[in-house]
Amino acid sequence: MRSFAYVKAADVEEAVRAVAADPGAKFLGGGTNLVDLMREGIERPDTVVDVTGLPFDTVDELPDGGLRIGALVRNSALAADRRVRTRYPMLSQALLSGASAQLRNMATVGGNLLQRTRCPYFYDAASACNKREPGSGCDALDGFNRSCAILGVSESCIATHPSDMCVALAALDAVVEVRGVDGVRRVPLTDFHRLPGDTPEIETTLAAGELVTAVELPPLPVAANSRYRKVRDRASYAFALVSVAAALEVRDGMVTQARLALGGVAPKPWRAREAERVLQGGPADEAAFRRAAEAELAGATGRQGNAFKAGLARATIVATLRELSTGEAR
Amino acid sequence: MTEIRMKVNGDVEALDVEPRVSLLDALRERLGLMGPKKGCDQGACGACTVLADGMRINSCLALAVQYDGSEITTIEGVTHPLQEAFVRHDGFQCGYCTSGQICSAIGMLAEHEAGMPSAVADASPLTEAEVRERMSGNLCRCGAYNGIVDAIMDVAGKDGR
Amino acid sequence: MGVTHDTRAGQGEVRAMSVSQAEATERATGTEKYVGRAVDRVDGPAKTTGRARFAAEHPYPGLAHAALVHATVARARITAIDTEAARAVPGVIDVLTHENTPPMKPPPKVSFLDLSTLVSGTTVNYLATDEVHWNGQPVAVVVAETPEAARHAASLVRPSYAELPATVDFSAEEPRAVPQKGNLIAEAEADKGDAQAALAAAAHSVDLTFSTPPHNHNAIEPHATTAVWEGDRLTVHEGTQSIAWTRRHLAKRFGVPEQDVRVLSPYVGGGFGGKGSVWAGTLLAVLAARVTNRPVRLALTREGVYHTVGGRTPSTQRVALGADEQGRLTALIHTSVSRVARTGGMPEGITAGSRHLYASPNIHLRQSITRLDLLANTFMRAPGEAIGTFALESAMDELAWETGIDPIELRMRNEPERAPIGGQRFSNRLLREAYAVGAERFGWRERDPRAGAMRDGRWLVGMGVATAYHPQMRFSAHVKVRMSADGQVVVRCGLQEMGMGTATAQAQIAADELGVPLESVRVEIGDSDLPQGPGAGGSNQTASAAAGVIEASAKLKRALLALARRAPGSPLRGRRLEELEARDGGLYHGGRGQTYAEILAAAGRDHVEAESKGNMLGLLVRTMNDRRKWVKAAIGAQFCEVRVDPDTMEVRVSRWLGVFDVGRVINARTAASQLRGGIVMGIGMALSEQTLVDGRSGRIVNPSLAEYHLPVQADIPRIDVHCLDEPDPTTPLGLIGVGEVSITGAAAAVANAVRHATGKRVLDLPITLDKLL
Ligand SMILES: Cc1cc2nc3c(=O)[nH]c(=O)nc-3n(C[C@H](O)[C@H](O)[C@H](O)COP(=O)(O)OP(=O)(O)OC[C@H]3O[C@@H](n4cnc5c(N)ncnc54)[C@H](O)[C@@H]3O)c2cc1C
Ligand code: FES
Ligand code: FES
Repeated sequence: MRSFAYVKAADVEEAVRAVAADPGAKFLGGGTNLVDLMREGIERPDTVVDVTGLPFDTVDELPDGGLRIGALVRNSALAADRRVRTRYPMLSQALLSGASAQLRNMATVGGNLLQRTRCPYFYDAASACNKREPGSGCDALDGFNRSCAILGVSESCIATHPSDMCVALAALDAVVEVRGVDGVRRVPLTDFHRLPGDTPEIETTLAAGELVTAVELPPLPVAANSRYRKVRDRASYAFALVSVAAALEVRDGMVTQARLALGGVAPKPWRAREAERVLQGGPADEAAFRRAAEAELAGATGRQGNAFKAGLARATIVATLRELSTGEAR
Repeated sequence: MTEIRMKVNGDVEALDVEPRVSLLDALRERLGLMGPKKGCDQGACGACTVLADGMRINSCLALAVQYDGSEITTIEGVTHPLQEAFVRHDGFQCGYCTSGQICSAIGMLAEHEAGMPSAVADASPLTEAEVRERMSGNLCRCGAYNGIVDAIMDVAGKDGR
Repeated sequence: MGVTHDTRAGQGEVRAMSVSQAEATERATGTEKYVGRAVDRVDGPAKTTGRARFAAEHPYPGLAHAALVHATVARARITAIDTEAARAVPGVIDVLTHENTPPMKPPPKVSFLDLSTLVSGTTVNYLATDEVHWNGQPVAVVVAETPEAARHAASLVRPSYAELPATVDFSAEEPRAVPQKGNLIAEAEADKGDAQAALAAAAHSVDLTFSTPPHNHNAIEPHATTAVWEGDRLTVHEGTQSIAWTRRHLAKRFGVPEQDVRVLSPYVGGGFGGKGSVWAGTLLAVLAARVTNRPVRLALTREGVYHTVGGRTPSTQRVALGADEQGRLTALIHTSVSRVARTGGMPEGITAGSRHLYASPNIHLRQSITRLDLLANTFMRAPGEAIGTFALESAMDELAWETGIDPIELRMRNEPERAPIGGQRFSNRLLREAYAVGAERFGWRERDPRAGAMRDGRWLVGMGVATAYHPQMRFSAHVKVRMSADGQVVVRCGLQEMGMGTATAQAQIAADELGVPLESVRVEIGDSDLPQGPGAGGSNQTASAAAGVIEASAKLKRALLALARRAPGSPLRGRRLEELEARDGGLYHGGRGQTYAEILAAAGRDHVEAESKGNMLGLLVRTMNDRRKWVKAAIGAQFCEVRVDPDTMEVRVSRWLGVFDVGRVINARTAASQLRGGIVMGIGMALSEQTLVDGRSGRIVNPSLAEYHLPVQADIPRIDVHCLDEPDPTTPLGLIGVGEVSITGAAAAVANAVRHATGKRVLDLPITLDKLL
């Protein structure tokens, strides 16, 4: 890791100004992603602005019945929040399925949103990776791509966004509040991350120096019956091969409301709107769940190593919806 | 160089560190506390687990400068029935992951006590399945996992949990 | 040939007899006080308080830190190496490359007359050549005042390469494999009868092709070396499984007398074979210390371990079995292809287990190898057997499906009376008992023989078994035992401790042999200045050292008796050692005798020491002779239960039982832990572990604990292990060895349980869910 200057930000204005003015500056949250990448030489900031001292570390009620989550709330604290656990259980479950307890104690909500892909070729400076080094190519296309994405990919990049938390947020219609030199902006979570296209190095719609200050959850009664299901290569402490965040309301056997998002399959947390459309108003049965999953995955483009993800995603969607509709755990 | 102060195992330590120095390296190389181990330096094994203001963290992904003003406990500062229980239940073989396991277990018991849920359950009894999930951030290549769970259950049971 | 269910009661009696026999021996000799007991580890307090110091944890004034620069191409010549930016980093002391570094002596040629020659990890003379032989080879070393500066500067070194064609893709090369050569102790092929013809004519047959991926040891302690030169004397702190050979190797490479090299390794943070050889990091730390004239520490990064320390070879294997109507084997074919590097590596004995496991009139075994431009492979826990038993025991299970015979029963019908190929006798082989005891304890009777028929809620449940097998190995040990006037005993031998409880076990043995309390025995290990011990490999260490401790203790007692007999008025005058009992800290004949302290006081001596020199050559000759008469091996029955999610096909191991015949058990607790550890590693091998080598570049793509999936706590159920604890009549103390047997058969037991749960046979490891969907 090269040397860098460390600044502990005392107020928001200062932090935003410092990073906006210096293209070599980066915000630092819990450090669990940035420090790792700096040590690997993949991130090379010359100034690091530590924002963990800023006063965005609480979860507060919103007047409309939603919740406002400070960007510096630690992943473990958010997962433990009673209101989250009862009103948005899938969010708590998503957080608890991520990383390890130690890392969740360190990681912040803002950092989790902005964590970078775990594609092995991104992590290896000796490999070709358009995200790490634009124009260098993509070794994952014909290499080990078992962990890579099948939806929303391009010929330049097939890396996934690795966050679990964001998948739940995508399903919950969360809104990200960001602060830049020009003031505050609110971005729906589903517009926060970008698809790779020809510029996989640009991963979000944040402008230089914009700081995430909060994430807001709208009131969403359906989310009380929600579930996050993560499928991976070992029982814990591993990134998702496929994950599903789902909320479901069923009346008289018919789906009256559905929220669905997928993880591990796309370069961004993937809101499954196509599946939601198919589910809406239809029967809450296995066949309908399957149709919904298939509609969402119709555009999936698997490669040799990751083609299985389409089938796995379909099976996981069906299983999660079945569980929510019958109330029976596996 | 940045001057920081931390209370480490009860003693206030002032040290000058470069911002790039991890908390783990500050403890090991600057303060000579070799208890916390470096297994991966990638946040992926838990051998470097220490308690920062009572919370378990992976000190390899923590910059020391971020912990200016914090209270750090390493295995050297631990006196806890878990240590004896690890010996009795053979919760280790080579011993390299052990400092991290014990610090992690102390943090885990406190988290559980404070009502922190886990991916296994929202509920409170500390079952073996719960302990396994909650301790999954600490790898043990010697495979002493059963002994570790036994040691923790033994101590947790005695505390009346 | 018995039938499992019918003979179970009978075998239970055998088991009961073996226990009471052991007890009878115990009573008769009156010395068995500590051996067999679950004694606390002597190093427990050091390890649970953080006091145990590992190789990277020794402070020296002026200590400098080294970091490696790794090649990023598979085969090349280095045309230039730009170190300017690295040198400009504040705190950098030196950058060593092949252009500016005095060469080490080349690695010695392998010779069976000097076993230390086996210890070169690779044949490359680092920094003495412009050649690159694998992607990741170290091509430069940066030495700096801080680890941060060293690592950062290393990232700034820019080698230029003229690339050469490289062969790095095992699966592409595998069809061109050539037959492996055997050696003195490991045959690479065997033929008996006409297996092909028998297979073609068999009533039942299976013919399967398996593959296993490369694995890495991933000891949680990454390799580290602290090297200090004082003139031409070298001190090295190193986590090694091979103190003595490391010392000799370093002496040769640096051209100094062996006695001027000291290797200290009291604690090794896990080895599993990965610390059995001398790899680049060790050599380059010593070299850097020599060149910079500073004490140097080189702690490898996790990635650095993957790039410089070999792992387990991948393999492809064919197992074909033919059987008659009753399931008796008529043909057994097991062939394998593995890889070594062009620059070193050990051909694995993948079919070794198939020589001994099943009776068959027709057997064909053959091992082949390919040579690639990759980092040399090395031994990893139960090399050969770990992956070989996966294939053989999976095929055996498939034959059970094919014939409709219960998998345990099928194995029992094929249990050989004598070694199927050489015709030797088995010195011990309680496999029938292991399966009988195991079936009872595991509830095998509850198993519905149909595939996919057992459920727990939505989970599919499956149960599988497999046989575990690992041959016994022995080396010689030089052991000194000293008795002091205060009754304290010191056992000294340069043994290694990487979690086996080495010192604890030898203390138990010495305490029993001398009849002293365990607390008065101290065992000194982990230092090349001590009498030379065997390396820790092949599960040999405990048994090898035990022989030395027993002999040295006997000599010590004899010497003490001689002193007593010379002392006027000693109650031991005129007594022969054979008549005496060593107990209560002395020698006794009935109620009369003397404590050792009294003997020493009377003789005016403050201590007496005795030693057992160990004779490797003699032992080798004896071993070769023995091999004609006996097959000595640990054996066991692995029982696994899995749960498989029917939607996602995630596999979870839910129960495990291993019943083992490992000869005598010294410490019930540490032995059980070691056996569990092997099973845990076997579960990892079965379900999640693989090193990904990019077939285009030869680069390891997942050199990280986040992406190489070791089992975590949540993957591991309660593992029940049970030792039959019957001493092997042909080995010292009846020991065989517990370090490796339990990883063998483990992956097959999982695969067989998955087959039972899902109906699907997975032939290539690991059994990830995509292979079941
Ligand atoms: C071994 C391992 C396993 C893991 N497993 C999982 C897993 O299973 N699931 C999962 O979801 N995650 C996993 N993670 C990732 C982990 O969740 C993230 O590293 C963490 O959430 C990042 O948060 P942080 O606060 O530490 O971010 P940092 O590392 O501090 O920052 C990450 C990025 O966010 C930027 N940033 C931080 N805060 C802000 C802000 N307020 N505004 C704007 N930018 C900001 C930083 O500049 C940086 O670019 C794992 C990590 C490791 C090391
Ligand atoms: S060393 Fe910190 S997690 Fe491995
Ligand atoms: S005891 Fe060796 S890694 Fe856990």
